[in-house]
Amino acid sequence: MINITINDRKIEVPEGTTILNAAKKVGINIPTLCYLEGLQEPGSCRMCVVEVEKAATLQPSCVTVVSEGMKIYTNTKRVREARKIILELLLSDHPWECNTCDRNQDCELQKLAEEHGIKEVRFQSVKERLPLDESTPGIVRDPNKCILCRRCVTVCQEVQEVTTLAPRARGFNTIIAPGAGDLLSEAVCVQCGQCSAVCPVGAISEKNDIDKVWEALDNPDKLVVVQTAPAIRAALGECFGLEPGTLVKGRMTAALRILGFDRVFDTNFAADLTILEEGTELLARLKKVLVEKDKKVALPMFTSCSPGWINYMEYFYPELIPNVSTCKSPQQMFGAIAKTYYADKIGKKKEDLVVVSVMPCTAKKFECEREEMKSSGVKDVDYVLTTRELGKMIKQAGIDFVNLPDEEMDAPLGISTGAADIFANTGGVMEAALRTVYEIVTGRELPFNGLHVTPIQGLAGVKEASLKIEGTKEEWRFLEGVVLNVAVAHGLGNAKKMIEELKSGKKQYHFVEIMACPGGCIGGGGQPRLTTDEVRKARIQAVYKEDEGREYRKSHENPALKVLYEEFLGEPLGERSHHLLHTKYFNKKDGTI
Amino acid sequence: MMVKKNIAQILVGIDSNTVLSGARKVKTKLITEISKQGLSDQIAVIETGSIGPVNKGVVIGIYPTGEIYGNMSEEDVAEFVQERLVKGRPYKKRLLPERLPLEVDLSTYDPRRTQYVGRIVLDNCGRINPEDIEEYIGVGGYEALGIALKEKTPQEIISLVRDSGLRGRGGAGFPTGLKWSFAAREKETPKYVICNADEGEPGTFKDRLIMEGDPHKILEGMAICGYAIGANTGYIYIRGEYQLSIQRLKKAIEDAEKLGLLGQNIFGTDFNFEVKIKIGAGSYVCGEETALLNSMEGFRGEPRLKPPYPAESGFLSKPTNVNNVETLANVAPIILKGAEWFRKFGTEDSPGTKVYTILGQINRPGLIEVPMGITLREIIYDYAGGISTGEFKMVQLGGTAGDILSAELLDLPLDYKSLQEVGHNLGSGAILIMNESVSVVDLLKCGMKFFVHESCGRCSVCRIGTRQMYESFQRLEKKIAYPDELENIEELAKGLKLTAFCPLGQSVATPVLSALKYFKAELSEGIKPHKIYKPAVRNQSRAEIIYS
Amino acid sequence: MTVKEIVKRYGNKRENLLQILHDLQNQSPQKYLNKKDLEILSEEMKIPLSDIVGTASFYSMFSFTPRGKYLIRICESPPCHLLGAPAIFKVIESKLGIKEGETTPDGLFTLEGTSCLGICGVAPAMMINEEAYGNLTEEKISQILDQIREKESKR
Repeated sequence: MINITINDRKIEVPEGTTILNAAKKVGINIPTLCYLEGLQEPGSCRMCVVEVEKAATLQPSCVTVVSEGMKIYTNTKRVREARKIILELLLSDHPWECNTCDRNQDCELQKLAEEHGIKEVRFQSVKERLPLDESTPGIVRDPNKCILCRRCVTVCQEVQEVTTLAPRARGFNTIIAPGAGDLLSEAVCVQCGQCSAVCPVGAISEKNDIDKVWEALDNPDKLVVVQTAPAIRAALGECFGLEPGTLVKGRMTAALRILGFDRVFDTNFAADLTILEEGTELLARLKKVLVEKDKKVALPMFTSCSPGWINYMEYFYPELIPNVSTCKSPQQMFGAIAKTYYADKIGKKKEDLVVVSVMPCTAKKFECEREEMKSSGVKDVDYVLTTRELGKMIKQAGIDFVNLPDEEMDAPLGISTGAADIFANTGGVMEAALRTVYEIVTGRELPFNGLHVTPIQGLAGVKEASLKIEGTKEEWRFLEGVVLNVAVAHGLGNAKKMIEELKSGKKQYHFVEIMACPGGCIGGGGQPRLTTDEVRKARIQAVYKEDEGREYRKSHENPALKVLYEEFLGEPLGERSHHLLHTKYFNKKDGTI
Repeated sequence: MMVKKNIAQILVGIDSNTVLSGARKVKTKLITEISKQGLSDQIAVIETGSIGPVNKGVVIGIYPTGEIYGNMSEEDVAEFVQERLVKGRPYKKRLLPERLPLEVDLSTYDPRRTQYVGRIVLDNCGRINPEDIEEYIGVGGYEALGIALKEKTPQEIISLVRDSGLRGRGGAGFPTGLKWSFAAREKETPKYVICNADEGEPGTFKDRLIMEGDPHKILEGMAICGYAIGANTGYIYIRGEYQLSIQRLKKAIEDAEKLGLLGQNIFGTDFNFEVKIKIGAGSYVCGEETALLNSMEGFRGEPRLKPPYPAESGFLSKPTNVNNVETLANVAPIILKGAEWFRKFGTEDSPGTKVYTILGQINRPGLIEVPMGITLREIIYDYAGGISTGEFKMVQLGGTAGDILSAELLDLPLDYKSLQEVGHNLGSGAILIMNESVSVVDLLKCGMKFFVHESCGRCSVCRIGTRQMYESFQRLEKKIAYPDELENIEELAKGLKLTAFCPLGQSVATPVLSALKYFKAELSEGIKPHKIYKPAVRNQSRAEIIYS
Repeated sequence: MTVKEIVKRYGNKRENLLQILHDLQNQSPQKYLNKKDLEILSEEMKIPLSDIVGTASFYSMFSFTPRGKYLIRICESPPCHLLGAPAIFKVIESKLGIKEGETTPDGLFTLEGTSCLGICGVAPAMMINEEAYGNLTEEKISQILDQIREKESKR
């Protein structure tokens, strides 16, 4: 332990603690802008400087580690003046458009300016305005608002390891830019939106589709149905000041009805559907490899729910295309079913049905624009809102969200199981699949306490589990005694590590789940800011709680699904499924299919 | 291997400055003329590095008499040979007041006297042919490396360097022996020795002339450092613009390798040391040692967080020692002649000499090596020959990031301690001397433009602060500055000094704060004496504020 | 040499990037780094394109736009500034009819300002390609530019 004093108060902290974290323990929040917990801190914004006795200059507290006997002052005249200067400098070229900015009242720079009593900016603006980058469906960049904190660069390069964004030029002319040009669309970008989730100001955000959704809601000729992803209910509350990890499924349903959606459905329904299709696909692949020795069938099979991962795979590992499950993501399965099965059921033309998704994700905005996602004949999903956008819509409508009563979702596409809930977490899709596959094969429940495959839960980057299949039913005898090896990776940097190990032959798996975002969808690029590991854990915990409280916890038990197969689809991997629920991928490295 | 014995030698300074004036042509002409007179076996024409005076065209020296001639043209040569070499009379038309540095007699040497002409770093510059390793060996070159490898332990070398009191000549003045000991104690291998030859400080070109004039001395210093800290690889990181230096260093490395003075089993010991060259691509910040490491590794040349220091985790995350060219040039002489000898030069706190480039409105601009502790007045009036036109007004000490000082500081001794006591720095070794025709605002504005261009852009305060100061200086120049402009500049400069990420960002404040201290009255003339009408709605930055 | 050959010559380790970029630019007749080459380089060195562009753009010696056959770089740092660099700029600008950063329509000259070239001893100074020129005056500049023009017209 190290003894230090902060503002003359003695405190003992573990070795290696930064001044920033030590100060938190005595109730002092030092302001930061570039700091991102747990990541390599650049120490570049200089907002967090403090006075350290005997040091000639002020020290950045986010990267300065305490040493024995250190005397720290966080609020001296020199510190206050320095922070003020830095804020004024940052504001000098920052557009003064707070009222009309996407981040109004949710902006870290605005908050700091308020806290530090900035009443006037002595420095005049000298930068020329740069054009907006609205070239991609998911993300909008406004380089004028950028304060060059480089958080986006850190997540893009070090967490996701995609490196779309990099600092370009130097000095006053430095910008954060994509690829070799000026537009995201001309660069290799997987649209994961992690950059938008960490931006402290309005420089990177999701493309705003709120007005389009209002327009659809206002149109009396349209029936507007909404689906919400499993990760929304564990995070939406944060938009209204509720603690991370507060489950708001009931209040969210009520709010969506008040907003005017004609049917409040659930992506969870489609998540259960995904498990049936994907689980069956896995078993079919296993059979072809193990029994028929079919060399054309590839293992391991990779999940396909995460559109960021799909984009990444198409750009960086197109050789894995045969390995990726042909299942569409739950969002797109929902759209396809809604515009065919459900539209028929209620006697509406698919053209008059509008499907709106609420997703924790910016890549979903990209996904619904893909040409392959029109299997109903029209766009299967019309608009995608992020969690943050839904929060804004609810505020626009003046809804007192926190005090809403709980309501139930509509049948039949609002009916789901606990297995669908956990799609929101890293490891969740795998666990849900195993719950169903194991039971199909053996007729018994998955032999894990509470149905939780604990080795693949949690925030470790790459997780593995092995499951010995015993006591198989007659038709699945070929699986008797087979040890099923599965793995889970979240965050594309971790995915890359795992894939490289697979390719080198160091590891062998049957089934792999990959989520583009750290923590899975609960840590998606469209979730309320700022998603720290602490927040991830809280959301994950909430999701498991939701799962455990359910009557049905396995996808194949979903009663609405049974009806769907009976009335419409026939069987998993059947012809209708093939047409509506499965897709193909493209090699974006050299442009071949 | 001795210097070829002739009765006399004509030294022709071939460096980046003199080549522009046709030094190579003059050299050829000298050889033909001397040959015509049948003097070839008595008088040798030798190519050497910078002899000292700059901006005096082609400069040649005569050894051993010591006189120096400048502005020599091809047309002068025949007459010069006739007058000086045949008839033995000084060739007055081109004679310069400077003299070649000759051997030092330490018994009569007074470190405070400026008549001193002996040199440590530049000892061979202008005396030997830098492209001939035999000549370097002839004047005792690589002897220090031999002694180090055969007679001393690495620890003894470090102690010797520490005892000499040598401090880093790149600007910060950190004790060199101590720095070496940090890298030496690291267990991790391989280790690296890096010579920082990214001399980018405007007005400074001492390292260039050292490299051009005596490249082997740097290689020898690096090898000794490598032996001391346990490194087998050295890199010279050099500016892309320094073509002649690169060329001469490359040749020096090749020659040393041929003679086994670099490479495997040097002097028959088990010590191996190779030197490689890395070429920069135009960035001032890369002179900062951690930025230099990033650049060497092929990244943007932005400074790294410290700690860890390079000694612990430097090039490719391995223990690394980075020294400036001039620092390394001091090493071999210290090993050869001892710490005691070295301490006879300079002051108690700052032993040794310092190489300066002196420029500006003075009679004799040039490259000088003088003991630490001599005063600006001595440099200007004894070495630089006084002010060329007008009156002395100010001096910028240590390059564009250096202090701007007024006449009141002329008698301050130039050494690390004395300067520190009054809050100033020695800087890189550039001394820019200016008369009353130069305006402080113009100097500051031009300097700030340089910083705006060269700021790496990583930390907010340097990235935006330099630009805003540049705007301020422009307003001051146009005499439309705000009433509180100077206070704002001062606050901004202090902010930079206190919070910038790297030493270079912090040093941007140096010229600004010293100018505000000594030339406030002149700077105030740029303020427009009008009231500000503050806007009623404070949602505007100052661009919109209306002046009456 | 092709991009591949240059990479092979130095090895595809990151620390060789600057040297490789130097070679790439030097062999380009228009003295710049073109996007096609950088894309191949990105593939060969396994460095993302944005990173290569971000790194190269940090250094003032690299250009992403085509430049003239003769690259004139005038030192703008204080020692040269005080001894007349601004006037040198004006002379060249009027003689060539281009501003800083521009290239003459015949593709012969590009004019750039630069930080200290380290030949302050002969300030004001400039470099044209690898060649340095010092103690510049209006006459001297005219002479230098005329010589180049003459040489070029004979080709």
